[in-house]
Amino acid sequence: MIATGNHAVAYGVKAARAEVIAAYPITPQTQIIEKLSEFIEKGEMRAKFLRVESEHSAMAACIGASACGARAFTATSSQGLLYMSEMVFWAGLGSFPVVMAVVTRALAPPWSIWNEHTDMLTQRDAGWIAIMCESVQEAYDSSIQAFRIAEDRMVRQPVMFGLDAFSLSHTSERLELIGQEEAEAFLPAPEGGWKVIDFQDPTTYGNMAGPERMMEIRHSIMERVKDSARVIEEAASEFSRISGRGQAGLVEEYRTSGAEVILVVVGASSGDAKDAADALRDEGIRAGVARLRVLRPFPAEKIRAAVQGCRAVAVVDRDYSLGSGGIIGQEVASAIGAKPFNYIAGIGGRDLSVADFSGIAKDAISRAEAGEEGREIWWGIKG
Amino acid sequence: MFLEIRFHGRGGQGIVTAAEMIAEAAIVEGFYAQSIPLFGAERRGAPVSASTRISESPIRRHSQVRRPQIVAVCDPLLLYMKDVFDGAPEGAILVVNHKQEPQLEGFRVALIDATGIAVGNGLVSAGWAILSTVIFGAVSKVTGVISKETVLKVINSRWKGEVADRNRRAAASGYEGVKAW
Repeated sequence: MIATGNHAVAYGVKAARAEVIAAYPITPQTQIIEKLSEFIEKGEMRAKFLRVESEHSAMAACIGASACGARAFTATSSQGLLYMSEMVFWAGLGSFPVVMAVVTRALAPPWSIWNEHTDMLTQRDAGWIAIMCESVQEAYDSSIQAFRIAEDRMVRQPVMFGLDAFSLSHTSERLELIGQEEAEAFLPAPEGGWKVIDFQDPTTYGNMAGPERMMEIRHSIMERVKDSARVIEEAASEFSRISGRGQAGLVEEYRTSGAEVILVVVGASSGDAKDAADALRDEGIRAGVARLRVLRPFPAEKIRAAVQGCRAVAVVDRDYSLGSGGIIGQEVASAIGAKPFNYIAGIGGRDLSVADFSGIAKDAISRAEAGEEGREIWWGIKG
Repeated sequence: MFLEIRFHGRGGQGIVTAAEMIAEAAIVEGFYAQSIPLFGAERRGAPVSASTRISESPIRRHSQVRRPQIVAVCDPLLLYMKDVFDGAPEGAILVVNHKQEPQLEGFRVALIDATGIAVGNGLVSAGWAILSTVIFGAVSKVTGVISKETVLKVINSRWKGEVADRNRRAAASGYEGVKAW
């Protein structure tokens, strides 16, 4: 079959049998919840769809549902995610295994509906596990894996997975679904093991924690988010087995062996970077790609191993932290102990082609050969 | 085989649907395919574009189509816009919705009266001819890798009853009626 990235997510959430969906429409995410409400209306999916008046309420409703032991899902984008932000932190710091799709979109002003990753990255400190998808198929596959990771007894933290606005959300590609039986074996019905609200045994929740307790609460969340790396890898390998499709775990390496230049990339344009690596190898330039599929927990060791021995590391950021730098670039710098060549590119939905990635790789090599230190480069900026 | 097609039309004519149906048909024919709508908001009547990639191997890239070997132009007035030809190499095939062949140098022109066929089959909505299935048929033929049976199969999977009949007729007329390139 063929489906857009947005519809692939809806098929994934249906296969995962989410029980409560609370959402507010926003471009370019709306198709996800439209498709889900269609499934529910046709009786193909048994779930409660809550039409709320804002994203803040959408996440609040998901937290409430999750607190009652239900499997909850929402989707949002850009301004909606920012409006939701207070509750995003509440879900993460309260350890509610909610799953959310984020269709990454630039933040206003100026008004934009186009692709950028800054919106999702603003929520990186909220205690959520964060995944970025490369293809329509991976959007489907990851939406099912997200619930399994979130609900794992050793994790019990929310998971967000991102898909690039339009270049993934609205692009149609070949999509293979897994059978409902396989989905259920992979993701057993929620036992509500995370249920904290019990009407028969009322307790208060989310009450005050003084300085003598807060640090330990944060510490335990830190440990679980960190340890989720293993659960993410296990979910990927188990899903590879049942689907017959190889799944990337934390980092996907492509032709990195013996590479003189490695492009570190995220999301839908990773495929363009891989095509660029092939073209460069044909030209005699040993190029490779390291794709960060997971941004939280940040796979520092994996990325360090992926770029080891390589002459030029080119991190491509489709995001920016004003007054500081590319967000992924900084994280990679901290992981490898050196500042990479950090390309800021594709901001506000500017197209990033195979030729752009080839150009970036060549630029990084020539800078490394000239003995330049790692630095920030705004790629393709008009004078 | 790696084929890139770009569609130009006006919001409401159905080019996003046409681009997606071509991708679906190519998948039925055993290829990998991808369809990309214009990245942005659609407005009725405004110039819009969409594109399709067809390949023998998996398609990994998600950037916009820059060098289309086939360009489908659903409104002949759009031929006056430069971006319709952007990146199209010499010898590219231009599928034009028109009754008469436009004077265009450097391109091979395939003519189809898509509006006439759509109107003739009652494919009109709010006064606009819906060209998706005619253009789907015509461009499928021009690709050389999609059979008429596959075109009809894709239409059957999308519509039922009398609407399917009209769209099938329109697509078949597009497939059979596209002239010279």
